[in-house]
Amino acid sequence: MKNKNSSGTGLRSSMYVVWTLVLCIVVLLHQKLQAQEPVPVPTMDSIIPINLEEVIVISVFKRGISHKSQPKPLSTLDQYLESSKKVSMIKRGAYAWDPMLNDMTSERLSITIDGMRIFGACTDKMDPITSYVDVSNLSEVQVKSGQQGAQHGNTIGGALDMRLEKSNFKSLGWTGSVETGYETNNASQIVGGELNFSDARFYVDTDIIYRKADNYTAGSGEEIAFSQFEKYNLSANAGYKVAEDQKLLASFIFDEARDVGYPALPMDVSLARAYIGSVSWIQSKFVGSFKNWETKVYANTITHVMDDSQRPDVPIRMDMPGWSDTYGFYTQTELSVDNHVLMGKLDGYYNRSLAEMTMHPNDPNEQEMFMLTWPDVRTLNSGIYLEDKITLKEASLKFSTRVAVQAYNVADRFGLNSLRIFYPDMTQRQTRVMKSISAHYHKAFKGVHFSGGLAYGDRSPSVSEGFGFYLFNSFDNHDYIGNPDLKNEKALESHFKLALPLKNLEIGVEGNYFHTMDYIIGEIDPVLDVMTIGADGVKVYTNLEYANLYNVSLDMAYKITSELDWNGSISYHRGTDQNGRNLPFISPVDYRVRFTYGDGSFSGSLSLSGALEQNNFSPDFGEDRTPAYTLLSLSMGKSFSMGQDRLYAKMGIENIFDTYYSTYADWNNIPRMGRNFFMTLSYAIN
Amino acid sequence: MKTIKSIFALLFLSMGMVSCSDSTDDPMPVSDNPLEAFNLTSSFEANGHVLELYSDQDGYFLGYNEVYVRIKDLATESYIPDATIAWNPIMHMTDKTHSCPRSEITATGDATVYKGYIVFQMASNTDEYWELNLEYRIGGTTYNVTDQIVVNAPVNGKKTVNVFTGTDNVRYILAMMPFAPEVAVNDFSAVLFKMETMMNFPLVADHTITIDPRMPSMGNHSSPNNEDLIFDPESGSYIGKLSLTMTGYWKINLKLLNDNGDVLKGEDITEENEESSLFFELEF
Repeated sequence: MKNKNSSGTGLRSSMYVVWTLVLCIVVLLHQKLQAQEPVPVPTMDSIIPINLEEVIVISVFKRGISHKSQPKPLSTLDQYLESSKKVSMIKRGAYAWDPMLNDMTSERLSITIDGMRIFGACTDKMDPITSYVDVSNLSEVQVKSGQQGAQHGNTIGGALDMRLEKSNFKSLGWTGSVETGYETNNASQIVGGELNFSDARFYVDTDIIYRKADNYTAGSGEEIAFSQFEKYNLSANAGYKVAEDQKLLASFIFDEARDVGYPALPMDVSLARAYIGSVSWIQSKFVGSFKNWETKVYANTITHVMDDSQRPDVPIRMDMPGWSDTYGFYTQTELSVDNHVLMGKLDGYYNRSLAEMTMHPNDPNEQEMFMLTWPDVRTLNSGIYLEDKITLKEASLKFSTRVAVQAYNVADRFGLNSLRIFYPDMTQRQTRVMKSISAHYHKAFKGVHFSGGLAYGDRSPSVSEGFGFYLFNSFDNHDYIGNPDLKNEKALESHFKLALPLKNLEIGVEGNYFHTMDYIIGEIDPVLDVMTIGADGVKVYTNLEYANLYNVSLDMAYKITSELDWNGSISYHRGTDQNGRNLPFISPVDYRVRFTYGDGSFSGSLSLSGALEQNNFSPDFGEDRTPAYTLLSLSMGKSFSMGQDRLYAKMGIENIFDTYYSTYADWNNIPRMGRNFFMTLSYAIN
Repeated sequence: MKTIKSIFALLFLSMGMVSCSDSTDDPMPVSDNPLEAFNLTSSFEANGHVLELYSDQDGYFLGYNEVYVRIKDLATESYIPDATIAWNPIMHMTDKTHSCPRSEITATGDATVYKGYIVFQMASNTDEYWELNLEYRIGGTTYNVTDQIVVNAPVNGKKTVNVFTGTDNVRYILAMMPFAPEVAVNDFSAVLFKMETMMNFPLVADHTITIDPRMPSMGNHSSPNNEDLIFDPESGSYIGKLSLTMTGYWKINLKLLNDNGDVLKGEDITEENEESSLFFELEF
């Protein structure tokens, strides 16, 4: 009771602080306007089509742009992604959030690093690809919706391409920076630095970042056990100009996380490690009229060790390590003919996914129990992508298509025999063909932009969907069995976007609709007996007849003064199957409102975000009604010039009222972080 | 051009060599001892012969034992083909003697090797021992030899043989036939006998043995696509399919049904009843 009172007082006092600060910002400072956060493709007149694309800018500081556009510069990549309007994140703890685009997760997305394919090694999706890079590696994340994202791989929901930061032969000489940050809620410490050299002929960029966090505390003071994490990331990038129009580039990332807690799951991760490397050759002239020839070869390897050794009370001890190795290439070139810009790309990759589970019986005289949960699945994918951008008068058209052939081979005899328990006639190999075709039209007229398109695409099942063996899902409390006989999932998609500038107000309306046939989802098989102790049943992946997903959003941006902007957005999402049954992980009505202030050296933002009650939830998949919530956050930053160098300080409060809440995307309703003060310092040496 | 030609020539040559070496591969050398892969478990010397008994196990064990027999003529140091052999194992208990189920001894592909199986329903101990009598006939002469053998309890202590009285008041002996279990759908078989007298154990045909494999350490997890054991007249055994979803300790719960479908022994596995009174065990 006493605690409650004190937190109530805390709440009231923090409210005062907030409102005082808001007054400071609004009353004291008002001048001109500027663009802000998720920077949409700049509205250059008519030529560049708006591809329903969003770019999440990450390395603003290093580019010399003010920190104004990013309220929390050293936050995790997950937080950057979450701040975007299109991407939402499934959370199983404080680390390794799983990105969703158009209410679809990784198996329906193409997630790449500079166009490189890379696949997580965890059967329980505890290591989305975004967890193997850090903000220090990246310049931006390109978000493309639906088949607009088919350039790097077959997709249904869209693509996230994380672009690595490169000095790119700018004549900067030696530059460096040191950054540090601290967050109070989970005693999170961040230390990072970078050292770069760049001239017209050669560049090398290096960076390092280290993060360590303790358990976080939810709103109103509940400590969330097993939410700690520790990670470090090193990367190096180099480029050499062999000739004026020939560049040789190489990049390497090492990322390692240890002692990562997943409070929403029954297991944690003792090690998640990735080596990601590539070499590319870029040539502005290619044969004949072809230009911008780029070829890249890459390789990456992931080791992921999941265990429950830290958990005090489990029905049975288990270790679940997993490995994923990918080798790939792509080569692409462009051709301009009249008003057409044609682009062609050939790509291919080979992935090996293996995961195993060893359970240690409580009776020490019994032998260990072992199974392969991913039976060493070898995937060989080769594809071709073609795109034609046609410039018309105040308009543009874009056609694109991808065809890919994907071959699976269940290489491990033990794993194949395991799956044949369920599918006696299963073949060791199978081949699938995937298609994608899309048309996109963009019209610009007196500052009004309209774009819309139609597309068709399909995807093959993921390793878990096709070949998973007793994968426990703690959300719906079922074991999942893969199904090698699944049909490809196919989506018919349409989208539109309308942007209307009205003096200082800009209004955008956007909608996406996906009619997905043979939608892949797990359905209960009442005959099968559970493997995981305490599970409610076994689900087998099947094709639904179809599912419909759509989302609409309204965006507004208002330039109050030249320094002060307001923007707000609201979105509505819905997803149902052929019987009108709700699909899981579909966002309720979601809104955010933000004031941003920036006058060169000082910046500040105040944001309000929240969601309405989730009424369209899916009890079959473990969901329940998620209550509405509203959060308020504030940040302020100031930059100081010190001769050539610059110091940038930023501080802020998230979840100012210490609200206890969880969202529709929180695994097992795990509550999110309560009030959190953060501070970051960046020192750039030029 | 010339170099290309010579490269092709070389290629063809090497292909020719590969195929030649394929065709001239020596046939596998014939092993002197066709039972080299097995363990010699007994050798009985009598009547100028040595009777060698082999098993794929390291001795005789409780349950089903497949046994190979050879008769060596000590005079010629050669193995005798086309003999007929009969056997009779006797358990000398403190208060009584009894035999156990066993097959006939039959010829194998090799005329000097004979084969059969014995189901030992109890192990030897300090006070009680097994004796094996072999009666063999070579060219019209019948010989006899008897010696003690040791029947061991299984090393892992797992149950592979059941002796029980059915609801029809018949005393049955049910033994699992050994196999190398894998995480897969395994071929699974058993033999069923009834005990007519202490010395007479006829094979029981046309019953059904239902199986329900469980992992007690995994909350009594069961596996799908098992097939009950059905009598196969050709082999005289009961044959079915056993799915094992992981390595570890499995309890294979059984029910014995007669040809009318009446349950003679064993119970269904339910939430309340976690095991049947009739079961086999295995661990791998």
